[in-house]
Amino acid sequence: MALFRRTPIAPLEYSRTLWMRLWVGAVMLFLYAPLIVLMIFSFNDSKRNVVWRGFTMKYYDKALNNDALIEALVNSLTIAALATIFSLILGAIAAVLLWRFRFPFKAAVDGTISLPIIVPEICMGVAFLMFFAKGLNWPTDLIWPLNLGAITIAHITFCFPFVTMVVRSRLASFNREQEEAAKDLGAGEWQMFRDVLIPHMKPALVAGALLSFTLSLDDFVITYFTSGPDTITFPVKVYSMLRFSVTPEVNAASTILIILTIALTAIALKLQGVKTIAETH
Amino acid sequence: MAEQDWKANKRVFAAVSLPTLLWTILFFVVPMAIVWVYSFGENAGLNEIRFSGTLDNYKRATEFLYLSIFGKSFAVAALVTLICLIVGFPVAMAITFASEKWRPWLLLGIMLPFWTNLLVRTYALMILLGQQGYANQGLGALWGGASWVKTLVGLEPLPTWEPVQLLFNNFAVVFGLVYVHLPFMVLPLYAALDRLDRSLIEASLDLGAGHFRTIMRIVVPLAAPGIVAGVMITLIPALGAYLTPDLMGGTDSQMIANVIERQFKKANDWPFGAALSFLLIYAMFILIALQSMRRKVPEVR
Amino acid sequence: MTEPAQPIIQIQNVSKRFGKVTAVDNVSLDILAGEFFVLLGPSGCGKTTLLRMIAGFELPSEGRVLIDGQDMAGIPPNKRPVNMVFQSYAVFPHMSVADNVAYGLKIAGVKGGEARDRVAEALDLVKLGGFESRMPDQMSGGQRQRVALARSLVMRPKVLLLDEPLSALDAKLRAQMQFELSELQEKVGITFVTVTHDQDEALSMACRIAVINKGDVSQLAAPSDLYEYPANRFVADFVGSVNIFEGKLTLDEPDKAAVDCPGLGKVYLNHGVTGPHGADVWVALRPEKIYLHVPGEGKAVKAAAQDAPDGYNFARGKIKGMSYLGDITLFEIELETGARIRVSRPNLSRHDQEDFTWDDKVSMHWRADSPVVLLG
Repeated sequence: MALFRRTPIAPLEYSRTLWMRLWVGAVMLFLYAPLIVLMIFSFNDSKRNVVWRGFTMKYYDKALNNDALIEALVNSLTIAALATIFSLILGAIAAVLLWRFRFPFKAAVDGTISLPIIVPEICMGVAFLMFFAKGLNWPTDLIWPLNLGAITIAHITFCFPFVTMVVRSRLASFNREQEEAAKDLGAGEWQMFRDVLIPHMKPALVAGALLSFTLSLDDFVITYFTSGPDTITFPVKVYSMLRFSVTPEVNAASTILIILTIALTAIALKLQGVKTIAETH
Repeated sequence: MAEQDWKANKRVFAAVSLPTLLWTILFFVVPMAIVWVYSFGENAGLNEIRFSGTLDNYKRATEFLYLSIFGKSFAVAALVTLICLIVGFPVAMAITFASEKWRPWLLLGIMLPFWTNLLVRTYALMILLGQQGYANQGLGALWGGASWVKTLVGLEPLPTWEPVQLLFNNFAVVFGLVYVHLPFMVLPLYAALDRLDRSLIEASLDLGAGHFRTIMRIVVPLAAPGIVAGVMITLIPALGAYLTPDLMGGTDSQMIANVIERQFKKANDWPFGAALSFLLIYAMFILIALQSMRRKVPEVR
Repeated sequence: MTEPAQPIIQIQNVSKRFGKVTAVDNVSLDILAGEFFVLLGPSGCGKTTLLRMIAGFELPSEGRVLIDGQDMAGIPPNKRPVNMVFQSYAVFPHMSVADNVAYGLKIAGVKGGEARDRVAEALDLVKLGGFESRMPDQMSGGQRQRVALARSLVMRPKVLLLDEPLSALDAKLRAQMQFELSELQEKVGITFVTVTHDQDEALSMACRIAVINKGDVSQLAAPSDLYEYPANRFVADFVGSVNIFEGKLTLDEPDKAAVDCPGLGKVYLNHGVTGPHGADVWVALRPEKIYLHVPGEGKAVKAAAQDAPDGYNFARGKIKGMSYLGDITLFEIELETGARIRVSRPNLSRHDQEDFTWDDKVSMHWRADSPVVLLG
């Protein structure tokens, strides 16, 4: 109804003009249609993603009984969880370092820390391949989850600069008088950090966690170069399934992953509210 | 209060600088240095590499074959960036000027795909673009419609619809890269537009400019830093893209990342792969240097 | 106060340099126990740096700061017996009002019932009883400031430092808070040290004011002395509104003095000014101390002659501008010498503002105790 009983469009209400709405609608369709089609076809009772042949859950059944796929998913989630925790700690520490202190070679340190954000994934992948194979002679026969160490280290390295970036921009809005107020009231360095600075960083930490987790879960290229035969992650597994034979199992597994992403986002929103999450990006 | 000098609080400084520096050096600087050293080595035997300080790898990279792949990668990345800019700018405008209630949700709508697995998104697009996918069916329906309209006005009907090849070619690579990178462009554009002082737009309208002229003469120049940021954020990953050309491209749609991958996974020529990697990194540096030169232009606040 | 008050804060030869910039230049002053002390000066004069050195957030480049007789060198802010109310209030946004106020107590190890009682007492003191569970973002700026006040007062500091406490409030609220702050200070008996650039604020609240200019104390005096007996041109000009004219000292005896000002005319004072004869001096004359007369000048001359010799303390001019401010009307008058002078006139009756208008010729006089002769 609101569509028809509208107030006149003010000059700056660009988003209410018809062509803007059509444009945004088309872009949203472009972004979401493939995902929706994929999710619908995961319930299709046919081997091919073309014609609807009736509802079935059998590919979910198959996917969930595919041990290799499940193992890959568990590996991915484990790595993502570990990478998130370490990236948060390391990223927050680096952000505090760059925000608070003035020190020699600061520009160089700042640049090096943010470099993993811009170095192409393929180059990072190559670097980790060489580093673990030739530089460290990293053992490849460790038991689970220690065998995921190399991949986890690689993931932390490319995730934590993003956390640093998000936390640092949040810290820029910190009122230093709050730090002084805490100290004025008797707080020491650590008490101040715990009582004032971390609560201020919290929205950025939530956003950073979401970012690290999804970046880690998302990563194919770097993992592809770092993983061994026993350490397949979900994207690497899906990639090989896609390369060799497209089965509807992939649809089902992908749908599970999409749902997982949406659930994660919902949790982050619940924790922090849509506005803060949106603003930290 | 400005930043604190590190000497003023050495304990805290040590506590925050040591982990950061150790990690960055050990797990980033050292691996990159290894690649750099390898790029001056040569294969000696099956698993041996001699570090002879040779420049042969770089010389080989300047052969026409590789130069053309570099050139093509740049062209594809630039085209993708341009399309993303044209498509994304109105979206960023719409988000900026949306009501308080809608704005976060529109932003979320842009960000959610960005959080969704890249491989899954690429695969989803492949389903849609396939020979018998919905994109082809849709085009076929349009074709049929046009044919029907023609017969209606008494003209010859169009020939019957032949499904077009939408996948495994250069078109698919560009389309796929645009699909994947669009959120990268919209978010920095939005950030820049959101900071824009609205009274400037109002002043322009007040002084008699139309909306189009206001956007071109006021909004775009003032949002230039955001546009540059968006361009860089899209161009750099698009240039180094591996997955999209690998899965959606044809035999002639290889980009530089695919060539690098081949040196490691198939050709087993690590030194050459290392040299190509560093050339790609140098290209990134040049792009970033160009961007920072632009920043030197004084800005009126 | 009958007995001489003890200094609670002693600032001794303190300088502070940031790189090449000297923010505070060899300042010495004593702040007495129980007084409301104000550091007044334009922005960037070093007054805030001085306050922050007392709190311990800046360290003096030279000199010492003593609190209650104890040298504060090497004592960090969290160990000093002073508390600060910050310009932005710095109320912790993620803590409720009660948690904010209890924060310092918790760190000091005050627990349970005592902590609760002290928080309640502090909140009552700032009239925020019943707001314990509110979050700061649900409060107005004025209320947040009260939280900041309570948070500091609950610590029972020896000195409460306030950095521009009223600058973020609107005019009405500011006037009210000026009053409340002095009332509060009398009630708790704690020494207050306030930094401000607003002379009204300083005059209305302070027991004593130190006017700071370019890192140095220009004058330290009670509010009325500062206004009526400024020590130099900076103070005369910064505190209140003033007309300043250059002149030469022509007469200087213990009970009278005279200055010849080319811009204003001959000025007579009924007290001496200890300056060398013929010295270059400045005469400061406040706008409200000048009487304005309707064109005919007989009355003005007569009035001036009552306490000054003929031809002194009298001037003629033409009204070039006026602004009606309700309680007073402000005139800008061009003197016959070409100089301009500002005169304010109270609107004692409803029609007073109609007495004069643009381009009216007027004459003026002032009393012999009104001008101030400044040597620097």
